[in-house]
Amino acid sequence: MTKKKKKRFSLSKTWSNILLGIVTVFTAISAVIFLLPTVLTITNSFMAQSEINANYGMIFNTVTGNKTFIAEKVNLKFIPDMVSFGQYGTFLLKSPDYLLKFWNSVIYTVPIVIFQILVALGASYSFARLTGKIKEIIFFIYIVVMLMPYQVTLVPNYLVADKLGILGTRLSIILPGIFSPFAVYLLTKAMKRIPKAFSEAAKLDGASEFRIFTDIYMPMVRGSIFSVMILIFIDYWNMVEQPMVLLSDEGMYPLSVFLSKINSGDTGLAFAAAVVYMIPSMLLFLYGEDALVEGISGSATLK
Amino acid sequence: MFKKKEKLPVTGAKAEDKGAVKVGLKPAPLQPGAKGADKALSEQEGKKKSKPREKFREKRSVADPNTPFARALLIPSILGVITFFVAPFLIVIYYSFLDNPIAKEFVGFSNYGAVLGNSAFQTAAKNTLILSAVSVPAAVVFSLLLALLLDAKIPMKSMFRTFFLSPMMVPVASIVLIWQVIFHYNGSLNYMLAQLFDLAPIDWMKSDKSLMVVSVLFLWKNLGYNMILFMTALSNIPKDLIEVARLEGAGGIWVLTHLKLRYISPTVVFVTILSLINSFKLFREVYLLTGDYPYQSLYLLQHFMNNTFRSLDYQKLSSAALIMALVMIFIIGLLVLTENVFGEDIEE
Repeated sequence: MTKKKKKRFSLSKTWSNILLGIVTVFTAISAVIFLLPTVLTITNSFMAQSEINANYGMIFNTVTGNKTFIAEKVNLKFIPDMVSFGQYGTFLLKSPDYLLKFWNSVIYTVPIVIFQILVALGASYSFARLTGKIKEIIFFIYIVVMLMPYQVTLVPNYLVADKLGILGTRLSIILPGIFSPFAVYLLTKAMKRIPKAFSEAAKLDGASEFRIFTDIYMPMVRGSIFSVMILIFIDYWNMVEQPMVLLSDEGMYPLSVFLSKINSGDTGLAFAAAVVYMIPSMLLFLYGEDALVEGISGSATLK
Repeated sequence: MFKKKEKLPVTGAKAEDKGAVKVGLKPAPLQPGAKGADKALSEQEGKKKSKPREKFREKRSVADPNTPFARALLIPSILGVITFFVAPFLIVIYYSFLDNPIAKEFVGFSNYGAVLGNSAFQTAAKNTLILSAVSVPAAVVFSLLLALLLDAKIPMKSMFRTFFLSPMMVPVASIVLIWQVIFHYNGSLNYMLAQLFDLAPIDWMKSDKSLMVVSVLFLWKNLGYNMILFMTALSNIPKDLIEVARLEGAGGIWVLTHLKLRYISPTVVFVTILSLINSFKLFREVYLLTGDYPYQSLYLLQHFMNNTFRSLDYQKLSSAALIMALVMIFIIGLLVLTENVFGEDIEE
């Protein structure tokens, strides 16, 4: 009996090793493919405008004079012929337009992230602690609002911005962002995982409700707060729909919309701007990947 | 999840009671010697303590968590949600039944009829639905596949996870340039296809293939997040169940289809809902790639809404938003229902 088992095991082991090798190679290849566009964007940002013209002239119509050389075919290059930081210099020093749009993105995203978290911390504490039918109905409404795509929610947002007289101002984007129920939903789920025994024990020891909130619930969901912050940040850093509908002045557009409106001569600059634009979110990701993964894992069911 | 959590304290209390009874009934002689004596002592102490404990329990039931403080913390959020989402949405419903916001003449469902009969809306709705119908199932299948790959005992797992997750953090606007280089008519994909397979160039962004390109972008961006959800679900499957099945001679495929897939079916539903919502955000990619006037098969609902916003046709906007909301609620409700049906026998 044991012999037979052993034999089967060893046989299957070689096979499973081969299979594992194939799986590993396959995973590695797909992982590299996933990384490739990002890497290419970064490496291309170190090309001088003339090299961009030469390589991608066919695509971005960068023919400005007869003297520029344009390759017949598009050369997607990993490594520039000559590494140049010129585009970054232009981005930072000589193109106030891009810098202004970058600043616009910051102005929209940072308040939304901070205040959505603050509002959500209180609300999720309530949802996690309160009992009763009314609370559940309210939470259900939150979920429904959260599930609605921008195509639906922008209409009420527009209406209310119009009524409040903030249409076309930055507030028309920031205020609905702050009260978006997304963070409430995720943080409520995190807080519900905290055993009731903790708060009960604290209460027995004479802790006030405020202490329970600040000294038990907030520290215990710290990881979730961070991951929700990352998720909100990337969503609003990426915004396209809201500024298009709620703003009329293109000077107030964030870089996420503006980057698509590059002049054909500025392709190299756009590459540099694209890279600068992804730096904040990439840094957040590299710093908080584990918290992010944990946060995503905790959200694995709707209810 | 919800229901379970609510049940927990009850069952917990029951277990405690049972435990208390057991401790009380446990005959001391079972453990002879000093240890036994100790135990008996501690039991006695426990009995002594049990009285104040009961008092505490009474207190506990009196001190319910519905304190004014907990209620107060909800107020800012509720006010905000009512002001910016719920109340204006009710107005939207009201507007959708009016002739125009000034005359306020009730016209029944005629606005809905007008929107549904609008050819631009029809195109946009059809394109959006097709795009979702293509990319959502693909997202579910491929992300599950990735999760299964990373569930195997391969080396460098965490690095691969980072790679798969990284597109999520790249702003769409940042990646659009390279995407244009790849998928342009004179772009590198056509060049590669011509070199390798001698294929004629395809105009990816300005043909029916554009749907595919956008779906690929969608998958690239969203697979990582979904993959994490599936990985969590897979790691939550009881290991002994799989081991037993293996010992009984079940093959890998049987374990996958009968055990793993069954166990993660609630996550499948959740990932489907999530991908559906995210697929409505594909407008970002489409807009940044193609601008205001995309190829016809990429004219999405958001394009339609943008145009309607420009003409400020409140009735059209309101009824279109309501139609979309109803369709979303219907689809998601259906998915949640299937989860309840499938998930029944798994959650005990």
